[in-house]
This record gives sequence, structure tokens and C-alpha cells, in this order.
Amino acid sequence: MTRDDTDMQDLYRELILDHSRSPRHFGKLENATHTADGINPLCGDKLKVYVRVGTYGDIESAYFEGSGCAISVASASLMTDTVTGLQVDKAEACCEGITNRLTDRGPGEVPGIDLQKLRALDGVRQFPARVKCATLAWHALQAALSNETAPATTE
Amino acid sequence: MSAVAQVASAADWRDDFPVLDQSMHGHSLVYLDSAASAQQPAAVIDAVARYQREDHANVHRGVYTLSHRATEAYEGARDKIVDFINANSRNEIVLTSGTTESINLIAQSFCRPRLRAGDKILITHLEHHANIVPWQMVCGQTGAELVVAPINDRGEVELEKMLDLIDDRTFLIAVAHVSNALGTVCPVREIVEHAKAHGIPVVVDGAQGVPHLDIDVQELGCDFYAFSGHKMFGPTGTGVLYGREALLEDMPPWQGGGDMILEVSFDKTIYNELPYKFEAGTPNISGVIGLGAAIDYLQAIGMQRIAAYEHELHDYMVGELRKVEGIRLIGEAREKASVQSFLLGDIHSHDLGTILDHQGVAIRTGHHCAMPAMQRFGISGTSRASVALYNNRDDIDRLVVALEKAKEVFA
Repeated sequence: MTRDDTDMQDLYRELILDHSRSPRHFGKLENATHTADGINPLCGDKLKVYVRVGTYGDIESAYFEGSGCAISVASASLMTDTVTGLQVDKAEACCEGITNRLTDRGPGEVPGIDLQKLRALDGVRQFPARVKCATLAWHALQAALSNETAPATTE
Repeated sequence: MSAVAQVASAADWRDDFPVLDQSMHGHSLVYLDSAASAQQPAAVIDAVARYQREDHANVHRGVYTLSHRATEAYEGARDKIVDFINANSRNEIVLTSGTTESINLIAQSFCRPRLRAGDKILITHLEHHANIVPWQMVCGQTGAELVVAPINDRGEVELEKMLDLIDDRTFLIAVAHVSNALGTVCPVREIVEHAKAHGIPVVVDGAQGVPHLDIDVQELGCDFYAFSGHKMFGPTGTGVLYGREALLEDMPPWQGGGDMILEVSFDKTIYNELPYKFEAGTPNISGVIGLGAAIDYLQAIGMQRIAAYEHELHDYMVGELRKVEGIRLIGEAREKASVQSFLLGDIHSHDLGTILDHQGVAIRTGHHCAMPAMQRFGISGTSRASVALYNNRDDIDRLVVALEKAKEVFA
């Protein structure tokens, strides 16, 4: 098996394919307190992220809808799994942590949060053209939590 | 010429393009994205390099020999363009940065001063964003209306329905010669004929037309024809606006600066003559010289010969793609050129693009700067393979093998 075949299998791991085929928390969250659109102008893919933040500043629920490639949908699905139950500041730290990890721009860990499951996304690091697919939902979540009205983009 | 001889010469053409001689992720490179940007033959690369090494100076300015040589080479390229599309004269060839600038020039210089609220600009549903947004902008500036002619499920412009949309407020018609997303060859000749009967000027977006068709603007009868150098094996950042001289003559400059003037004082500026009044500032001299070399290259082979070869290869590609289980072709016009868009099962085009890339096959994925055309088919994007004279049947076979591999990954 060549290095390229390994990279390919690393990108489309079973967990990624599973989440892209059966995304978790997929759909509209009716009683969301925060929402934002994420747009990848490169491909025109659009995701909408919904979050309900509870009285104590914790994320009670996170949903998303839209269409995208396997990487962007799986990443969004994994994201909703990860941030549900977290305090808003921790969720924001996760957004930063995962973006750092995929772009090698800073510390990819978040103290006190186990991002082990998100390692499934690490394969994308070998595919620079696809990193934005993986970070799209996280940018949208950041925008939602900071009440930004303009859609988040990957640019 | 026999089919065998044509195949042999196609193999020679491939050798003219140095970039194709490389391996990509352990496979020989198969480049099927010429509709986005065509590769350059060594003749173009060498012409640009030779100019940079031996002849570079600013054009139209110096009295010294080097500047004269640069001007000769630059203006020589303009003459080649005149011949290439059979324009009437050099005055009709405005050099721009590409199709996009050419169309914006028409919108701002021809339309904006003339358009009145309620006037209409008629385009079609398959246009590239470069033939949509400049018209939207000038409509916004003037209160004119953008009217869109429908396309059918095959991706063809429905001529009768388009002509029905023409009325006494139709100011201008703008249409692609060949759709970059769908490959459709549009009925430009018929559109021009009807438009002329109503005295309506026609703009043809020829970005995808020039590389694949033998263009004769006088025979076509259009008023403007816009195209890009890099789609026809020339350098990026070069383009052409052909316009009928009488129309260009009446249009004001759209950018001010050096080179577009005859005389400047603080009271008054006298603009330069055609085509220079539309060419403010130092132009892309080396790029235009490269474009001239690309025209030499194409003319040495012959546009009709290229078109025939590509047509045969396109038909082979479509035939082979049809055999791939789970494929849905987008764009099945009866008259097409070079391009085939498709979807494969429920695999997103970006995932497909990545998997193909890792087998050395470069295709375009996404909306192809034609979002409304994608919306017409209820999709967000496609995968698109486009062929040029340097492609061959092996490339198509490699594409099909790579598609089968993608299905395995997503099985």
C-alpha cells in the first residue's frame, strides 16, 4: 500500500464515513438561542448551526442542518456531539483548539476537555485543500456563540 | 486525414505541454480541468521568457530600441488576435485582464451611460457569474432589470422562450458561447439574427468558445465578444474585448490613467484613439506576447482540426462515463463542447475531487462559478471533466478507473 493510499484511508476513516452518512443532531433546533450560517465560498456548501444555551451558560443542545461533503458533515456531526453539555467558554475553546490542530497554528488541546474522538479528523491535515471543509461547522459555531449576524465563512 | 494520423499528432501535441510530464501522487498526471485554465505549451512559456530576458521595456513610450521592440511584440500580438477571430481592424481589439474585465467594461462604459430605469438586459440561466454579476451591478446603478431566459433539462437554452422575452425595453442580450458548467453550445447565431432584427446589441461571453470553436466575429455578427487568454493556452491575466468599431467609438473610457490619453492638462484631457482609450496604465505586456504565441500555436495546428479532435474525445468521454454505474450526467445538450459535468451516487463532488486527485486525476468540483445553473438542476455543485487538445483516450480511461475507486472508498 502506498503512502497516498494510507493518506486516503486516514482521511475517510470509518468514523468519518459513519458520521457523514448518519449525522448526529441533524436538523433544525426549534428553541435555539443562537444560530449562525457557515458558508464555504469555494464550493458553495452551507451549514446552519443551532445552539440552545441554558440559564447556567451551558450548551443544552447543538444541532446543524445543510449539505456538504463527507468531511464537513462528519465534522459538524462530531462537533455537536462534542460541545453538547459544555459551558460556552469551553465550547469556544474547542472551536479554537480544533482549528489550531487542523491548521498547526497553535495549541490543539483544550485543558479539561477530551478531544480524543475528534482525532478522526486529523487525516485532513494531509489535504490542505480540505481543511476548510473540516473547520466550517466550527467557524459557524463560534459565530453563533458570539451572536455574529454575518455568516461565518472559511475565508 | 485518417483517424490514425490524428491520434499520432494528438500524442505530439501532448509533448508540447511540459507541465503534463509529471507524476502526481505516484501516478502520471491526468489534467481534465482545461475549462478552468488550460495548460501552456512550451512555445508560450518560451515566448514570455524570451521577452523577459531580451526585450522588456514599457510599451508606447520610449524612443529607445528596447522599448520599440517591446511595443512591436505587444502590438504584434494584437494583430494576431485580429486575424484569429477575423475582426475588422486593430481598433476593435481591446486588451484586458480577461473575460471578466471585458464584460465589466461593456457594462460600465456601454450600458451605464445609456440604460434607463425599466430597460432590460437579457441573459440565460446557464451563465458564468462573470456574465451575471456585472449586469446585476449596472442594473442596480440604473434601475434596469435583469431578465433570465430558461434552459431545459438537457441544459440547452430554449431559443423560442428566450426570443419571447425580447420586447421594446430589451436594451442588450448577453449570452455564453459555450457554457463552462454544462458544455452547452448556445445558439448564438440565431440569437444575434433575432436581436439584429430588433436593433438590440449582443454580447457573447466567449471564454469557453474561443478554445474549442473556430471563431469569426464578423460571420457571427455579434457586437461584442469577450474572451480570456488562459483558457486558450495563453498566460493568465490576459483577455480580449472585441467590439464593433462604431460602438467602441461612441463609448467613454472606463478607467483613466496613462496611455489612454492624447493630451492632459488640469482643465481638460483628450482621450487617446481606439483601442488605447480603453487601456489605461501599463498593460500585461509579457502576458499579451504569450497570448500571441498561443495563437500562433493554435493556428499552426488549425482550429478546425482541434475542434474535430476534441469533439471525438468528448464523445468518447461521455460514452465511457455513461457506463459508470450510479453516474448522473448534468448537461446533455445536443450540441456540446469539451465539458461534462456529473454526479456519482451520493458522493459529494469535493470528496470525489480529493479521491481522484490522489490517483493523479485533476478535475473541477463545485459550482463552477455558475450557481444559478446548479440551482436549475436542484444541486449545489458537480464534478466536471473537460478535455483539451493534449488529452487522449487514456486520460478518460484513467478517469473512469478513478471513479470506480471512489465508489470503493464510499462503499
